[in-house]
Amino acid sequence: MTTMPSYEEYGNHDPVLPDPLDTTNAELPIDLETRLDLYRLQQEIRLFEKRAYDLFLRGLVKGTSHLSLGQEAIAAGFGAAMRPDDWTFATYRGHAHTLARGVPMTPVLAELLGRANGLLGGKGGSMHLTSVEHGVMGSYAIIGAHLCVANGAAWTAQYNETGQVAVAFFGDGTTNIGAFHEAVNFAKVWNLPTVFVCENNLYMEYTSIGHVSPVANPAADRAAAYGLDSIVVDGNDADAVYSVATTALDRARNGGGPSLIEAKTYRHGGHSRADPGKYRPEEEVAAWMDRDPIPMYHQRLLALGVDESRLSTIATETAAAVETATQEATDGPLPDLASIYTDVWADGGWQWRN
Amino acid sequence: MAELTYRDAVSRGIAQELANDPSVVFLGEDVAGAGGVFKATTGLLEAFGPKRVRDAPISEQAILGAAMGAAMTGLRPIAEIMFSDFLAVCWDIVANEIAKSRYMTAGQMSFPLVVRTANGGGSRFGAQHSQSVENWAMAVPGLKVVAPSTAVDTIGLLAAAVRDPDPVIFFEHKSCYPMKFDVPDHGGDIVDELGTAKVVREGTDVTIVALALMVHRALDAAERLAGEGISAEVIDVRSLVPLDTATILSSVAKTSRLYTVEENPRLCGWGAEIASIAAEEAFWDLDGPVVRITTPHVPLPAADSLEDATIPSADRIFETIAKSARN
Repeated sequence: MTTMPSYEEYGNHDPVLPDPLDTTNAELPIDLETRLDLYRLQQEIRLFEKRAYDLFLRGLVKGTSHLSLGQEAIAAGFGAAMRPDDWTFATYRGHAHTLARGVPMTPVLAELLGRANGLLGGKGGSMHLTSVEHGVMGSYAIIGAHLCVANGAAWTAQYNETGQVAVAFFGDGTTNIGAFHEAVNFAKVWNLPTVFVCENNLYMEYTSIGHVSPVANPAADRAAAYGLDSIVVDGNDADAVYSVATTALDRARNGGGPSLIEAKTYRHGGHSRADPGKYRPEEEVAAWMDRDPIPMYHQRLLALGVDESRLSTIATETAAAVETATQEATDGPLPDLASIYTDVWADGGWQWRN
Repeated sequence: MAELTYRDAVSRGIAQELANDPSVVFLGEDVAGAGGVFKATTGLLEAFGPKRVRDAPISEQAILGAAMGAAMTGLRPIAEIMFSDFLAVCWDIVANEIAKSRYMTAGQMSFPLVVRTANGGGSRFGAQHSQSVENWAMAVPGLKVVAPSTAVDTIGLLAAAVRDPDPVIFFEHKSCYPMKFDVPDHGGDIVDELGTAKVVREGTDVTIVALALMVHRALDAAERLAGEGISAEVIDVRSLVPLDTATILSSVAKTSRLYTVEENPRLCGWGAEIASIAAEEAFWDLDGPVVRITTPHVPLPAADSLEDATIPSADRIFETIAKSARN
């Protein structure tokens, strides 16, 4: 006789707590300037996302918005490790990965506000941020697809022998869609320079990932099925992420093929919009808030001998940049209605008949 | 003139484009070593090597995702989806990603890629390997849609599709693969133009608009209609997007009667769009209602007797037009 699994009351699952902090990460061979870059990137993402949330609550960011508050160390770690000509493929939760490649705040924020000075002139929105000149090859709002697309960019790099790498970021929920499995298998059998980065924040939208996955590590535990190493990293420690990223990028660049990395992290907020995330056990939320990547990294830099004044200058400069971006974005004009009919085709137009 | 099958025209067209441009690459299931399940890609691996002609796993999303990512970074991929029915398992990549990403990114990206696929019935393969799904593709803004009926059009339109900067869904008809056609043997490249219909038989009494296999059946019907004293003009649409409405409407202005012959099931078939355009723009030219001759709105049955009675036949085209044109 077969039976259904026992039903656990929604939101009352056992808390999933962070692993103890690996203090040896402070000793990783990362130079101080890179560490200061990592700190600045995390601050930029944090303050930008907080502002995006404020503007959403004020009704200025329309539609939806998926924030990376609490997950900044992953985008920052990869952003600092990637070569300028490498390619990023992000999801609808992609503000962080876009900023981490050096895309300025103003066009990103203006895009969230649907303004003409937005990164995409208001035609993409929060979930489709793209800046080809920065190697940000799109943010994809239907999970799984962009892992397949990243392989195509990696194929170009392999074909032209350029040493470029395609990096695809995605959430834990993506590991249960077919495209994930197709993409990882394809990358391995074609030996493509693709790095797959699972940001496991423990929740697929509004449901515990443990409730819908039969393995504890939804990405890393599947790696063996595709002949890949099982790699789990502390996604709240920028040094750990940077180190793992550097190894995977070098491997891909040198013909060693793809990697699948699972970065453990936690969303400080809900899935999207104004979701309060009440389906998460209080003890779990509290434990992960104590592992906020930014104060931890702040302490590490102080311990490594960085002056507090240097860090507070970074924080002050970043806050000022967010204020400027807010002003420039909210001052931005609405898009010209003529843009509805542009850029369907490469000739700039939309004609489908003569 | 040399004689060439439609099947061999596919491999000749791909070979022509691989030779023409080093950024052209070709991938799909069983396309390289095996030469394709319809043997339409034989010899390409041997001629161009495994770097440019590459076998993929049974992973349609991975195949089209790879084509998309390669196109946005500078290659010009040709991807094969073995049966057009299988587009349903990778429709996210086609309809949500490839079709929309240029628009969503305000023109930052280009997708010069071709998705070749075997479309249509007549092979007794049943409802999941016989569909005509060109109207699915036509319904999505951002895709160009082509369906050749002859060998020379297959080479020329495939070349035009590969050289086009936008994504093209290229529907080959399974029942056309064994057909033989005359093809120029001048030795030069054959390159056609997307968005151009072709008048394949001139006439004065009725206009028949058809696509792919249905062009041949429409031509058979036209020959028989001539015996009844009805002069039929037959137009091969060839390209659904862009759509050459000028050629169709100028024929209607001449004949005053319009018939579409469509293999796709009836609802929202491509002929409905043409009928709608004719109703809006050629109403005063028409001497009678526009008549659509289509596969009925049912899944395709497998048995030969049933399939033959489902897809429009030359008999059905002839009888429908003969009856209605006399009124």
